[in-house]
Amino acid sequence: MTAAFRKAAFSKPALALAVVFCASGSVSAQSTAGAPAGSPPFPSTYQPLPSGPILIINATLLTGTGKRLENASLLLRDGKVAEISEGRSIKTNAELTTLDAKGKWVTPGLIDIHSHLGVYASPGLLAHEDGNEMTSPSTANVWAEHSVWPQDPGFTRALAGGVTSLQILPGSANLVGGRGVTLKNVPSVSYQGMKFPGAPHGLKMACGENPKRLYGAKGVAPATRMGNMAGYRTQWIEAQKYIDDWTTYEAAMADGKEDVVKPARDLRLETLAAALKGEILVQMHCYRADEMLTVLDMADEFGYQVAAFHHGVEAYKIADELAQAQTCGALWADWWGFKAEAYDGIQENIAIVDRAKGGCAIVHSDSAEGIQRLNQEAAKAMTRGIAAGMVITPEHAISWITSNPAKAMGILKQTGTLEVGKMADVVIWNGNPFSVYAKAEQVFIDGALLYDRHDPARQPLTDFELGQLQGVQP
Amino acid sequence: MRPSTLQCLALVGFSLLGGQLTAASLFINDATVHPITSTMLQKADIIVTDNRITSVGPNLQAPQGATIIEAQGRPVTPALFAGISALGLEEISAEIGSVDKALQTDPLQTSSLLHPEFDVTPAYNPHSTSVPVTRIEGYGWTLLNASRFSSIIGGRGRAISLDGSYASYLSEPILFIGMGEAGSVLSGQSRAAQYMLIDQAMAEAAAPMEWTPDALLTAAGRRTLISYSGSGSVVFAVERASDILQVLQLADRHQFDAIIYGGTEAWMVASQLAEAGVPVILDPLTNLPDNFDKLGARLDNAALLHQAGVSFAFSANSDSPHNARKLRQAAGIAVAYGLPFEAGLEALTINPARIFSLPAGHGSIAVNAPANLVIWTGDPLEVTSLADAVILEGRNIPMVSRQTLLRDRYLPQNPDLPRAYLKK
Repeated sequence: MTAAFRKAAFSKPALALAVVFCASGSVSAQSTAGAPAGSPPFPSTYQPLPSGPILIINATLLTGTGKRLENASLLLRDGKVAEISEGRSIKTNAELTTLDAKGKWVTPGLIDIHSHLGVYASPGLLAHEDGNEMTSPSTANVWAEHSVWPQDPGFTRALAGGVTSLQILPGSANLVGGRGVTLKNVPSVSYQGMKFPGAPHGLKMACGENPKRLYGAKGVAPATRMGNMAGYRTQWIEAQKYIDDWTTYEAAMADGKEDVVKPARDLRLETLAAALKGEILVQMHCYRADEMLTVLDMADEFGYQVAAFHHGVEAYKIADELAQAQTCGALWADWWGFKAEAYDGIQENIAIVDRAKGGCAIVHSDSAEGIQRLNQEAAKAMTRGIAAGMVITPEHAISWITSNPAKAMGILKQTGTLEVGKMADVVIWNGNPFSVYAKAEQVFIDGALLYDRHDPARQPLTDFELGQLQGVQP
Repeated sequence: MRPSTLQCLALVGFSLLGGQLTAASLFINDATVHPITSTMLQKADIIVTDNRITSVGPNLQAPQGATIIEAQGRPVTPALFAGISALGLEEISAEIGSVDKALQTDPLQTSSLLHPEFDVTPAYNPHSTSVPVTRIEGYGWTLLNASRFSSIIGGRGRAISLDGSYASYLSEPILFIGMGEAGSVLSGQSRAAQYMLIDQAMAEAAAPMEWTPDALLTAAGRRTLISYSGSGSVVFAVERASDILQVLQLADRHQFDAIIYGGTEAWMVASQLAEAGVPVILDPLTNLPDNFDKLGARLDNAALLHQAGVSFAFSANSDSPHNARKLRQAAGIAVAYGLPFEAGLEALTINPARIFSLPAGHGSIAVNAPANLVIWTGDPLEVTSLADAVILEGRNIPMVSRQTLLRDRYLPQNPDLPRAYLKK
């Protein structure tokens, strides 16, 4: 596979999109084939908590763009990053709350691209198994957000670990699992109250053992990896036809024809069509190098982009190909061996994916435990890279848990780095976050203090945990 | 007379052994030694002769012919405990043919319900890939888990060295029993029946009788179970505070030497545990209510047990052999949440050695202790530190695993030949 081939493949999604626009004339950039016009359903009702301006001074600050600033000052105002400076203080006035971060580190809020909080909530009750719609190999019609239980205590633990945004994905039982949703990690009685404004949906897809094992055991397709591929391709062909049908219909309507039949709306194809058009970002669970390359070829065939391969335990074997495809690797620091496709895991995986020119490495959790310490997982990956002879600084490695996941989730314009004008999603750490002893001391989301380790009044407690073990104290 | 082939082999074997004996004389120069059973030593040296530590202290003389390791002030600890695990019992978790950690009996074909006589130890394979993978991260031994599957008694497992030999057992077989919510499916959907079953089984074991169709135990099972009354250790997997107290009473009734495993809510009954002298094996990462037995989950469980004077060691909740190497990070997190650093190290070294009755000296750096040592690049509990050298039974372990070989195969950029030829 040559670089030129991959590069040429890249222009395809954009081209396909342009064709659709020209032909239909009336389709807006946000609309999805077949979806009713107007604002998308289940809209975000998230409102940042009110907060006054906050000035953080004397910090060691990692911007998420690769820079490390010493004695840095950071001004948060109206929910945004208002000003950043190194070595000199920002002008203060009486209205400002000033936080002295001497000896502390400040980073962008952490972002987890792969979480099942809320859909596989704690406690792991039978009633809480809401992450895998294991009834058909393609359930592109389901949306993870409709399963999210906002009272999952895991959200609060992740917040204490500095996580400010996260993508909740369906599980990997199906070839096409459904839509993922990006949330702000704020307490709310509804997922709509957490929904990241303007974030695109993800489309969860899965390679390999899970779908073929589950459906093969039921005696239905897919039972093999070749069956997996046939399954995806059949879906994409249907989705292409769905786009064509709607395009034809809308063009006919625009021409004033009256005897045209309106295509039926189909939730499954609506999602797949949006993925083909780049409006929904494809997030694909895939472990083995050979399968990832096969999927990249399929993406070329149908003209779409894989935003990230998730888990990618063998991503290190194809780091250059992933970089050329502009596909991120959302990876663990050290998981391996739990199934055959995870047998070749190595601890340098993240660093090697990162090393490729244009490589995009992401540390993801897929775990209610791991999401609490993405910084430590990144630290382990960084340490392995350094031991293997690479130069990896904290100011670079922080991108694995901030700007890179933001990019692959389509929210980098809003968050993921500390730059003027972006959302004030900020963590103050008690020291270098790349340490087992590191703790997030204060976590700001859109400028509001949502977690303070030293102030119980700023530590959320879920409805589920309220009133449990009454009278029990250490 | 010319020596026969057999004699030649014997001679070669002897000379190799002789070479090994010489090489096994090690001198670690200028280390920060954490002896565990005594205070930390700066600028200290360690002499290893054969498989034992023969001297520890400042300004020692290297024995003639000794292999010298320059520690350059770096920390040295005993080789760490890898927790209760399926190391060497499970190659790939999802491939059932490669997993030997649990006895799965068919209730239709097996008349006896409980099989304490099952011992998982003979399934141990030192060549399982996870053994070197774990060993080169500074772990020297594990307790083989006989996980409960078909009954609340999982069976038995021994502590074993990860030095690569076939049968370097470090303890007598330890019995595993699972209580609480996770086991209720095996006890008629009520955890109360778990106590009933153990009490009945003990009555059966104590009173030799003819076999009956409704017996809980085989004859071998009766002999095994009764042998744990008054001697030997019984690990009870149990999380909820009320269950832990019930287990203390059960252990008292039957004179079991009980060890609490899991112990999410152990901090809530810390004083009772301290009074009973019952230790706890816990996962410091447990801070979520995974189920209703774990509502009291908190990151300072270890710190609270330490304050209360309860002996404890660390183990992951999962017995996954693949994640066993993560345990020192978990220990670091316990330290981040209030446990003194030294206590964190003890929970990975001397505490488990004592709890599982390993031979004297294990888990410490002292004269006459077995030479199981790790030289670290920095703080042994820190995620940015690595094991730099691992010495097990006096042997300097090659820092090679299938994973380092895969790394070395894929690290070079643009190799001339396909990577299949990079086999180093």
